[in-house]
Amino acid sequence: MNQQIPVITVRNLVKKFGSFVANDHLNFEVYKGEIFGFLGANGAGKTTAMRILCGLLAPTSGELTVGGYDVYTQTELIKKNIGYMSQKFSLYEDLTISENIRFYTGIYGIRRNERLKREADMLKKLNLENERNKLIASLPLGWKQKLAFSVALFHNPQIVFLDEPTGGVDPITRRQFWDHIYEAAAEGKTIFVTTHYMDEAEYCDRVSIMVDGRIDALDTPENLKKQFNAANMEQVFLKLARGAKNTE
Amino acid sequence: MKTTNKQEHSVTSYPDGKQEAITVQHVTKRYNDVLAITDVSFSVGKGELFGLIGPDGAGKTTLMRILMTLLLPTEGEAYLAGLDVRKEYKKIRHLVGYMPGRFSLYQDLSVEENLEFFATVFGTTIQENYDLIRDIYVQIEPFKKRLAGKLSGGMKQKLALSCALIHKPEILVLDEPTTGVDAVSRKEFWDMLKRLQKQGITILVSTPYMDEAGLCDRVALMQKGQIMTIDTPPRIVENYQRNLLAARSTDMHRLINDIRNWDKTDTAYAFGQFVHVTTSDDNLEAVELERYLLSQNHTQLQVFEISPGIEDVFMDLMTS
Repeated sequence: MNQQIPVITVRNLVKKFGSFVANDHLNFEVYKGEIFGFLGANGAGKTTAMRILCGLLAPTSGELTVGGYDVYTQTELIKKNIGYMSQKFSLYEDLTISENIRFYTGIYGIRRNERLKREADMLKKLNLENERNKLIASLPLGWKQKLAFSVALFHNPQIVFLDEPTGGVDPITRRQFWDHIYEAAAEGKTIFVTTHYMDEAEYCDRVSIMVDGRIDALDTPENLKKQFNAANMEQVFLKLARGAKNTE
Repeated sequence: MKTTNKQEHSVTSYPDGKQEAITVQHVTKRYNDVLAITDVSFSVGKGELFGLIGPDGAGKTTLMRILMTLLLPTEGEAYLAGLDVRKEYKKIRHLVGYMPGRFSLYQDLSVEENLEFFATVFGTTIQENYDLIRDIYVQIEPFKKRLAGKLSGGMKQKLALSCALIHKPEILVLDEPTTGVDAVSRKEFWDMLKRLQKQGITILVSTPYMDEAGLCDRVALMQKGQIMTIDTPPRIVENYQRNLLAARSTDMHRLINDIRNWDKTDTAYAFGQFVHVTTSDDNLEAVELERYLLSQNHTQLQVFEISPGIEDVFMDLMTS
């Protein structure tokens, strides 16, 4: 975080669907090792922007790089160099831990020997060596979350996108998950995270808030609270998002 | 024993006496060897706004499906407006409105057609009960010719609520209506519920967001198929027995780790910009924690005693 090396750069990102402007001239950078909170009301344009950054959707105009790769011409390289996890979709419940890892490494083209080595390291670190042949469905939620996050990091991406990773999760597991996020960031991973829990916005290094396709605020939680004269991030969010036109 | 319960119930049930809109007695639901809910009992008074608060897997949906007569309980009894969910499901279905967690309207019918369909099924018309849904429906009426499948998430939610209300139900049951919904829309949705409650509708609502508990008259905190406690939100917080401290400094992550490494700490969890701390000795004073953290070179340190919120209580009950 100290040297502030940008790993995501976004300049004048515009995305239109017909006459509807989903992303209206977005400008921001995300730095190496940073936990970047990407907030906004439903319909503000977050998912669109995230899909573009993950190389799944082409922008209408603007200059963007993710991990140094261009979002127009190098989408396959982007996909190889990012990780992704959401609460809705993480691991296959009816496969074992080991089978899930095999599936993911297959997609990322990681060879067998390399897989077995990394799998052993990972399960040792998570203290799950004896559980490798258990079905995901049979594991407690806290373990599933920890595993899903580790699997998203398995191919050693520089940047991890977390799309509402803690929705519906109990309050203790939710906090344990943030411990994992902090650890990964401390190891130099860049974390790009969305959430509807406003307390989690406080845990980010910087937070951007989208309103009607624009980024209306971007700063550290501390500075945003000062700027909007608010006691907490929920108040900041409410002040900004209340004026929105495109909210659902 | 069961017969006595039932008779007791038919005497006290609404409309004639204690006005219990929902009564659940020792309900258990088992799927093979999995217990989805275990010995759950509670009642909801007529006109009350009652919340089932808990994460995924707490059993909220199973419980609601039993009350909506879509699932049979393995054991126990449940009544809506005094009617038995096992035997009088046809009557129950006329007096309840249900909004399931997953969008369950007809995607290939328009907004208006969906609403008309639900009105017709219940032998009424949109016009007859329009007053009840006006506030909500006007927001989607400009799109009434649009297919339900083409609506945005927020509009689908409003249509689903309109459809659940169109036959003027006495009891409204909403399964996680605000999950995945942003903070602003959540507030608006709760304002809508409060207005419906004022019109005399009993509301049972479930949510994984602990901060929404405070908006209910009473709540049941649920975890792993069981109710951990039932009460009004203020009383739930009053009953918390622990001494709770809050701390903050400029380096949150190191702060949490340092607090966890302190031998007098029981639990340390992040709560927004603060860390909430319980200590093994509940008489410990904030200054002791402050002294320890100063020795760890924390800057702009604040340590003070605080009152718990619902989430503190929930986490305490989860681990005790």
